[in-house]
Amino acid sequence: MIYAATLLVLFLGASAFLIRLVMGPRLADRVVALDGVLTCVALAIITNSAREGSTRYLSVAVVVALVAFAGTVIYARFIETRSTDGDLPAGDERGA
Amino acid sequence: MATSQQATKGGRDAVADVIASLLMLAGALLALVAGVGQLRSDDLFVRVHAATKPATLGWLLVVTGAVVAMPTWAAATKLVLAVALQFLTAPVAAHLVCRASYRVRSTRPDRYRSERLDIDELGEQLPPDELG
Repeated sequence: MIYAATLLVLFLGASAFLIRLVMGPRLADRVVALDGVLTCVALAIITNSAREGSTRYLSVAVVVALVAFAGTVIYARFIETRSTDGDLPAGDERGA
Repeated sequence: MATSQQATKGGRDAVADVIASLLMLAGALLALVAGVGQLRSDDLFVRVHAATKPATLGWLLVVTGAVVAMPTWAAATKLVLAVALQFLTAPVAAHLVCRASYRVRSTRPDRYRSERLDIDELGEQLPPDELG
């Protein structure tokens, strides 16, 4: 009963993150929102595992969290390099 | 005697289940609050501030609830690994997104005036032993 309420609350939170993911307005806002959606997904996986008493899908939550981190870091590098690519100081190879 | 022991064990399991689900509900409420913060705030830094709450404290609450619900080593090792990785990676990810949008000045120009955004572009080119 409380587990179902927890899953519902996580669904509502992920929905709010999804609305922000669609609305934007900038790429960084969408990246943050996608990270939040994946956080909610991983928390829902852990909650469902506890509800069923099964440890089978706990690794999936770890993988989802790591994929969210990798995607966020890569997008942050992309945001940083795409608009400063033309005026980086000489010898700086960040844009390469 | 056996039935009373079983009843005690069943009662303890039920209490643990309620405690676990309440911990998880608290973590999920943090996720909901973060989602509301995404919709209500109008600035990237405020949104990141809201979004990092379920990424660390929410994870800790949900994982604690899961360990209470499933008190086995197989579950506890995976969950401790998950929360350790999350505590290492979530602040780094939030900081990188904030730093990237700070550097390309993609924040609100009326709130953060661009002449006040100082960027030490030469500091990264110094070798580490010259940083003082």
